This record gives sequence, C-alpha cells and structure tokens, in this order.
Amino acid sequence: MAKKEIIVQTKKQNKIRNGSLVADVIIYAFMGVLALLFLYPLYQVLVNSISDPGVVATKNGLLLWPQGVHFDAYRVVFANKNIWIGFKNTLVYMVLGTVCQFIVTVITAYPLSIKNLTFKKPILIYFTISMYFGGGIIPYFILINNLGLMNSMWVLIIPQALNVYNMIIMRTQFVNLPEELKEAAYIDGAGDGTILFRILLPLSTAVSAVLILFTAVHYWNMWFDPMIYLTKREMYPIQSILREILIDNAAIGQAGRAGVQTKLNRNTDQAAVNALIKYATIMVTTVPILCVYPFAQKHFVKGVMVGSLKG
Amino acid sequence: MLTQQKQAVSVMTRFKKDWKQHWIAYLMLIPAIVLLFIFHYIPIYGITIAFKDYKPRRGILGSDWADMYGFEHFIRFFTGAHFPVLLRNTLTISIYSMVVGFPAPILLALLLNEVRHQKYKKVVQTISYMPYFISTVVICGMLKSFLAYDGLAGALMTMLGIEPYSLLSAPEAFPSILVWSDVWQGIGWNSIIYMSALSSIDQQLYEAARIDGCNRLRQAWHVTLPGIVPTIIVLLILSMGSLLSVSTDKILLLYTPLTYETADVFGTYTYRLGIKGGKYDFTAAVGLAETVVNFLMVILFNWISKKTTEQSLW
Repeated sequence: MAKKEIIVQTKKQNKIRNGSLVADVIIYAFMGVLALLFLYPLYQVLVNSISDPGVVATKNGLLLWPQGVHFDAYRVVFANKNIWIGFKNTLVYMVLGTVCQFIVTVITAYPLSIKNLTFKKPILIYFTISMYFGGGIIPYFILINNLGLMNSMWVLIIPQALNVYNMIIMRTQFVNLPEELKEAAYIDGAGDGTILFRILLPLSTAVSAVLILFTAVHYWNMWFDPMIYLTKREMYPIQSILREILIDNAAIGQAGRAGVQTKLNRNTDQAAVNALIKYATIMVTTVPILCVYPFAQKHFVKGVMVGSLKG
Repeated sequence: MLTQQKQAVSVMTRFKKDWKQHWIAYLMLIPAIVLLFIFHYIPIYGITIAFKDYKPRRGILGSDWADMYGFEHFIRFFTGAHFPVLLRNTLTISIYSMVVGFPAPILLALLLNEVRHQKYKKVVQTISYMPYFISTVVICGMLKSFLAYDGLAGALMTMLGIEPYSLLSAPEAFPSILVWSDVWQGIGWNSIIYMSALSSIDQQLYEAARIDGCNRLRQAWHVTLPGIVPTIIVLLILSMGSLLSVSTDKILLLYTPLTYETADVFGTYTYRLGIKGGKYDFTAAVGLAETVVNFLMVILFNWISKKTTEQSLW
C-alpha cells in the first residue's frame, strides 16, 4: 500500500516536473542529434575504410553507407610490420612505465602520510614547489642529452616515474584512512613495509585503480616525447607510427601500397589508396580502446572526482 | 639564539627517535627525492642558459654570459617581429577556447539534467565521453582527412557552391578548427564534474520552485544553475591561470608554414627554434618569459577572485 502510494506520488511529481511535452521532445531530440555528432566521425571512417577507394574519392569521402565492401585495407594494415612493432613497444612502455610510476607513487606517498614524521614538512615543500615551477623544455632536453638517455626507452619511463600530482592524491588517501589502524599495527610490531603493503594499500584499491588507469592512458597517448627523444623506428610506440602514417603521409611503405593495388582495382590512384589505408589504420588503433572504455568508465569518473577533491 | 640551538637539538633527537621506528619510511623517500632533483631541479638551474651565450662544447656552466648583462636574448625576443605575432595568436586561441570551451560542458550538463529517462541519459553520457579516448594523433589524422579540399569539408563546400579549398591551409580557419575539435573531444568528459555537482542539489528546492510557479526553464535558471556556481567559479580560476599556456600538442600536429601566422604560439616557436633549430639559449629565454607571465596570471586571477567571490586556490 505504502509502496503504491510512493509510486503514484513520484509519477505525479514527474508529471509536474515534466510540465510541457514539447520541451521534452525538443530536449530528447537535441540530445539524440548530439550523440550522433559524437559518433559520426568514427562512423564515416569505418564506412570509408571498407568501401571502394575509387567511390570514396569521387564522393569526397562523404558516404552514408559502405559501397563495394571489402577488407583489403585491413589486410594491409595487419601486414604492416611497423604497426605491430608499435603496438609491442607501446605495451612495453605502458607496463614498465605504469608499474614504475605506481611503485614510486606509493612508497613516496606513505612516508608523507605518517603523522608527525620529522622533516616531513620541508620534504613536502620540496615536492610541492615542483608543481608550480619547472625548467621548461629546453633545459630538460639538454639534460636528457647530457645524461645519454637519447634513443633509450628509459627516457620515457625514469623521468616520469614520479608524478607529484598522483602522489599527493595517494597521500590524501592514506591520510584519510583511520589513524587507529596504523597505531594498532605499530603496537603489534608491524614495520612500515607491512603496514603499507599489507594494510593501507589493500584498503586503497579504488584510488589505485584510478591512478593506474590514468597512467596507462597517458602512455597509450604519448607521442611528443618519443618524437623528440627516439629516432629509431624500431623503438617507436604506436602513436609515433600513427603520426607517420596519418600526419606525415609517409611510411605506408612501397610494399603495403603495392599490396593494396594488386588486390584492388589497379587503376585506383595513389592518393585514394593512401586515404583508404589511413582510414583502416585509424579503426585498428582506436577500436580496441573504445571497446574497453565503457567498462572502465566508472573508474574514470571516480578519477575526475579524486582529482578535483585535491584541487 | 639559545632557543634556536635548543630547537635544533630537539629536532635531531626527534629525528633519531623517528629514524629508529621509521627508517624504512625514510628510505622509501629517497627514489622520489633523487628523481625530482635530477629531472626537475637540475633543469630549473638550467634556466640560466637563457642568460648565457651557450656553446654546447663548454656546457651551460662553462659558457659565457650573454651581452646586455645577460638579457640579450630577452631583449632580442621582445623587440623582435615574432613576439607580437606569438602573443596575439596565443591570446586569440586561449580566449576563443575559453569563451567557447568553458561554457560548453556546463550547457551539456544542464541539458543532460533535464533528461528524465535514466537509460537514455546514461547512453548519451557514455557516448559523449567517447571522443576523449581517441588519441590526439588520431584526432589530428581525422581532421587532416576530413578538412582537406578533397575531403568532407570539400564536399560540403561544393554543396554550398564554394570552390573547395583545404581548411587546414587557411590561416583564418585555424583557431576555429583547434577550438571546436577540442570542444568535440572534451565536452562530455569535462561535464562529469558538473554532473556530480548537479546530483547533490536538494530535490526539495525544485519542489519549492514548482510551488512558486516556476516552469522548467526558470527552475533550471533559479535552482540548477546556482547549485553548480561554486564548481564553475573554482574551475574558472583554474583555467584563467593557464590562459597563456596553450596546449601545443594539436598545433604541432596540424600546423604548416602556411598557417604559422595564426597558429604559431610560444610553445611551438620554442620547439621549432630550440629543439629542431638548436637555438637553445634564445628559446630558453622565450620559455622563461612565458612561465613568468603565466605565474603572474595565476596570482592575479586568484587575487581578483578572492576580492570578488571570496574563493581562492590558496
């Protein structure tokens, strides 16, 4: 009975709140159009990547649905050695970078979360200053040069092993855990290592997941540092390979081009084939992430909150 | 004097006691302290290069000081022909992106808030995050394909009866391309924070507004918007602070010599002349000038907001 009453009440409320049906229709339609606007560019890329490149070229890339469906471009993309090397390199950098950064973040955040630790304040200031002042790109570049880190994968990992911003988020998390927990552990004779890895860290899985996800995405997207510090193609992460293909119009490779041209109509011109391969490359490198993000979404959303809490 | 000595002694005894209990914790700090020293504090010292006549063989320390008491590079930059262009482009792009990019996620959040069907709302929201997960390089690659004279933009121009041309080679279009593609990519993601602020608004306020005869639009104006004003102000101060630090990622990927006149900003200029051109001392001066101005901006806007809204970052 009571339940029914509540339902009736909410229905009534909605009715009042929703007032005009016209407004509702307009808002719903507008949001629908907006959603399509977000999806459209990728849809166009998908359609163009499986259509006949000749048709795509004559229509200026504006096809509403695929024409002359084929998957030759994908075969060429998958046969492109550079893309696989890029994927592999990105995976290595991502795993190593994320692991290093997480470890350094955690072991730095813990001491700074201990109550009344001597010298904590000056050390904290030492860290915070670095968030506001930096040397800029030129002195950093010269330093990397002098250290001989050019063309070494460690240039992408060691300097980024400490992210002060993430460290402070982690520290806040540790500080907010109940003090009695840590005191009880000390009394039981637990050392700092045990307290951190056996007690505090297992209680901080949500924040850890957020930080790990953000670092991993950072490594996935990275292209500027590799462009400056790596010159050997066999060390390129996937984004550098993509930059060559998509931005510099290079490196599709004679072999790849010939591959498409024998499979497809031999008369299709170079530009159309290049465009086709670009479309397929975009799909291959973007779709994996897009399949994952809806599931990781709630962590990301939490992450925005964690970050803003600090700011 | 005596109390100072006393304090120093007590700090050392306190440290000894802490060290006994927490020596592992102290050791844990070492990697981060060393990393920060090498990769952050040494480059800060390296800024002195901006005041030197840098010779790579002699290093930063060994190089002679620059002319005009070390300020040669600064004077040359500020009096040169590039400075006004860079400043104008930076201000154009950042103010444009502030005016368009800042309110966009607020509008999206307000609209989403009006969608009562929870599933529909969730789906639209999830789709709106999608562009955020496409990498910068891919976004720029898509822009390059779509905006070419023989791409989508060309098709649209033909439809409108304009002779197709490449939008990316048109200097007047560059800021718009940059700003609106940023909006497309970030609007959903940036609305998250406003959505959570909206969810904490007391529902009774809506009821009260209804009883007072407010229609939906006026409810949004009088209840929803005031509910997120504190969030808006904090984010506004934060973004004001970075007014001069335009992100160079997309510019570097999209600009060409044809569009330098509207696309070149401090960061890209530093990259081109410094990293690629090897003029380290001069571009370090450019970078330092930019940093100092940015820092002053943060202080200025924080001060203004403290005076006007009693909200501040510190």
